[in-house]
Amino acid sequence: MNLFSRWRQKASGNRKAKERSSSRARQLPTVIVFLLPGIFLFLVFNIYPLLKAFQISFYDWSIAPNKPSEFVGLANYAQALKDPIARLAFRNTVLYTIITVPGQIVLAMAAALLLNSITRGKVLLRTIYYLPVITSWVIVSLLFRYMFQSPNGFINYILVNVLHLAETPIGWLQSASTAMIPVWLLGIWKGIGWSMVIFLAALQTIPEEIYEAAAIDGAGSFHKLMQITLPLIRPTLVFVVVMLMIGGLNVFLPVALVTNGGPLQQTEVVLTYMYHQAFDFLDFGYGSALAFMMAVFIVSLSFIQIKFFRQPGDIY
Amino acid sequence: MTLKSRRGRGGASLRYVILLGGAVVMFIPFLWMVSTSLKEYAFVIEFPPKLIPSEPTLNNFVEAWTTGQFQLYFKNSLIVATTSVVLAVLISAMMAYAFARFDFPGKEILFFGTLLLLMVPNIIGIIPQFLLAKTLGLRNSLFGLVLFYVATSLPLNTFLLRGFFETLPKEMEDAMLIDGANYFTIFTRMILPLSKPALATVSIFSLLGFWDEYVLALTFIDDQTKRTLPIAIASFHGQHGTDWGLVFAASLIAMIPIVALYMALQRYFTGGLTTGAFKG
Repeated sequence: MNLFSRWRQKASGNRKAKERSSSRARQLPTVIVFLLPGIFLFLVFNIYPLLKAFQISFYDWSIAPNKPSEFVGLANYAQALKDPIARLAFRNTVLYTIITVPGQIVLAMAAALLLNSITRGKVLLRTIYYLPVITSWVIVSLLFRYMFQSPNGFINYILVNVLHLAETPIGWLQSASTAMIPVWLLGIWKGIGWSMVIFLAALQTIPEEIYEAAAIDGAGSFHKLMQITLPLIRPTLVFVVVMLMIGGLNVFLPVALVTNGGPLQQTEVVLTYMYHQAFDFLDFGYGSALAFMMAVFIVSLSFIQIKFFRQPGDIY
Repeated sequence: MTLKSRRGRGGASLRYVILLGGAVVMFIPFLWMVSTSLKEYAFVIEFPPKLIPSEPTLNNFVEAWTTGQFQLYFKNSLIVATTSVVLAVLISAMMAYAFARFDFPGKEILFFGTLLLLMVPNIIGIIPQFLLAKTLGLRNSLFGLVLFYVATSLPLNTFLLRGFFETLPKEMEDAMLIDGANYFTIFTRMILPLSKPALATVSIFSLLGFWDEYVLALTFIDDQTKRTLPIAIASFHGQHGTDWGLVFAASLIAMIPIVALYMALQRYFTGGLTTGAFKG
């Protein structure tokens, strides 16, 4: 630390600093060393597979070494557009996003605002809300499967015997119309803490004086929220919305582990369907086409969102 | 004034009621898991369900820990997760430093590519990644998993750390350069020590991801001795006609390291990650 203060002193009286920083541009060998390991892994394990997926999507890909793969042009893509299950999977994916993203945002924001306004028990409450985030998808998915069992699961017991909201136990995972409900609830429950912690950090950057000034002007709580809090944390809000939307459209694990697409493939989402096509039916070409269409969809939607929300001073 | 302060107090207790209600909903699934793990023979679902077991026992934990190769899976997970975290954080910190401090040709395109990869889900590449692992002989290899884990975590880590590094004052680096230090000394002796909160945040989030990773491990690993914990737990689910007590005892054992680590590091989280990412 002694050394630090010496550097700091030097820095303050350093007229050549500017000149030095322009010499950073000439540090190409240094830059290459810093970048090399990352770029290497990037190219081999990220970029190459993506390009390869693009290539495979035009083939009737053969996994047998002695049988060559057959180029089929856009046939895999055409198949995806005609395939009713693919369409259903796409619909389920979008529905999952539409339901879980606002659910997470609203509840996380409420929790963050309330937590920000209290003093006692804050850390404990924050930890409890955050616990689902740090718990593995495998574990929480099994847990939700267990709780939503029929007829004698915990949720049915609460609904039928405690709250009397249902007459008879609901066969959650047996019926296509209800099987996604546990998945949605799981997605929201597991995600609240993540957004909440980010909102909390943003809320703490808002100076107290602004609220005091608003209070003098007679602003109510709702007014303060809409006119001060939300506009001030807008960049954070945009970041969270974009990240959650990407996460929602990428939904895979909770579906794979809770319903696994069943009953009768009625709850497939695009990525579980892709996975089943590839690794159960070994149709790598069709799977790649599905994956690629999804990637293009997600990236374009993200860009539209960022463009739409972007304001001077925002990140990206 | 009295009316106002009373209303304020009423508001405060209402806030606590709502927060506590929320906390109960958030926590009940975990209570239920702990409760089930303490019951023996939970094949048959008891009805009505009892949150407090009549004869609590730790037998499920003993059985989960000693049955089959659970300890081996635990060790595999430990090796894969810790190796991946060290490599991932070091490599992404190096990249982030280059992005934060240097101008070089192709910088914009490269960073744009990083952001793009942030949006593309890892699983989109699973098919070619599987073929690649097969070609490179990385299937059924813990080291193979490490390479894929590190690579897939790079975009987000680099993005977050770059934001944080840009908030560090440049003047001190310039002073060190005048003292004759090179950039590697600066990186290891100044940047990394000053970035402990950000590094802690990135480390624990990466560790969480690696400890829980399921899809790649499921797809790449056939060899039973190379399994990691998530795969082992998921397979407990089917193979024992689902003895839920055993499943959740195993789950809780797998959760312990992560929860302990989170508790230990949680003071870093309040600001570390976000101040960097949002001010950049």
